[in-house]
Amino acid sequence: MTITEQQEQTQTAIETGTWTVDPVHSALGFEVRYMGIAKFSAPVEEFEAAVVDGRLSGAARIASVEVKDENLYAHLLSPEFFDAERHPEIGLSTGELVRRGDDVELEGELTIKGVTRPVTLRGTITGPVADPYGNPRYGLRLATTIDRTEFGIEWNADMPAGGKALSNDVTLRAELSLVQAA
Amino acid sequence: MTRILGISGSLRGGSHNALLLRAAAEGLPAGAELEVWRGLREIPAYDEDLDRGPAPAAVSALREAVAAADAVLFATPEYNHSIPGALKNALDWASRPLATNPFRDKPVAVVGSSTGLFGAVWSQAELRKVLAAMGARVLDAELAVGHARDRFDADGRLLDDDVREALDAIVTALAAEVPAPIAIAA
Repeated sequence: MTITEQQEQTQTAIETGTWTVDPVHSALGFEVRYMGIAKFSAPVEEFEAAVVDGRLSGAARIASVEVKDENLYAHLLSPEFFDAERHPEIGLSTGELVRRGDDVELEGELTIKGVTRPVTLRGTITGPVADPYGNPRYGLRLATTIDRTEFGIEWNADMPAGGKALSNDVTLRAELSLVQAA
Repeated sequence: MTRILGISGSLRGGSHNALLLRAAAEGLPAGAELEVWRGLREIPAYDEDLDRGPAPAAVSALREAVAAADAVLFATPEYNHSIPGALKNALDWASRPLATNPFRDKPVAVVGSSTGLFGAVWSQAELRKVLAAMGARVLDAELAVGHARDRFDADGRLLDDDVREALDAIVTALAAEVPAPIAIAA
């Protein structure tokens, strides 16, 4: 679809009511380029989220980030990164979800390490469908890219030939399966 | 009571950094106490072979002293633009294993003194970097006391009110980083 066609589509509001995340079939995580080459990514396993009358809000426990090395895990939770002791949760609350066809956009506020900043999340919406248990359900795939230094996460290291090891741009991704509350 | 552990990076008797810690102890905020750790000389050179079994007694004592403290104040000289080897070595021991070391989330502050012009400013910066890598909550402050021979009187007391005020401010900020105790209902 071209951008023009996309713009011509009517904006439609999302269904009203309360839609909660099915945690087993949803995922949250971040990715960031490391050493200027491959992107490092990690899921955050414990989170809850709901869309209430088209507004998404949620919280994730940063201690549930999954990485393959215990020292990296400790470093991510330390004051140099997320400072999980003082700021155990990452939070999001948004304005009303705007739907154009299958595309969605949300303006919201993201809180990381105690710093709240505006973000725009973009992605796609699928459904709603009736799930096998008779509940309406839809899917949201969302992403946004933030500058981590704006949230006070400033760690870096020099590369031998110049430049820094860790990108400031971090992409947050969510794949949410939302079930309408009975 | 907020318990601050003082660690000097110098082993020398009459060290200016030991005097800085003494001056810090005299300007503590209400409700704080400062105890100086004196075990640096006893810490063996870090050796991963020694780190496989029970820790050497001096290392255990350091780890326990840090764990028991609410915050740690370092006063360090500068050797060749960096951290004195003995102090770095002690931190290398204390940081093992990294994921559970007693400096994790521990509020720490770094001050320093040298007989030269710059007051151990590079050593302090490197020490803050090492402590952050260990997972400590590093206070974003420095106090560089240069020309150390001219900064203390014959009794080892700070002569300069500006230095004393800056030191007191750092110690007060350090104590303020300590989380308030959780009240337990009687």
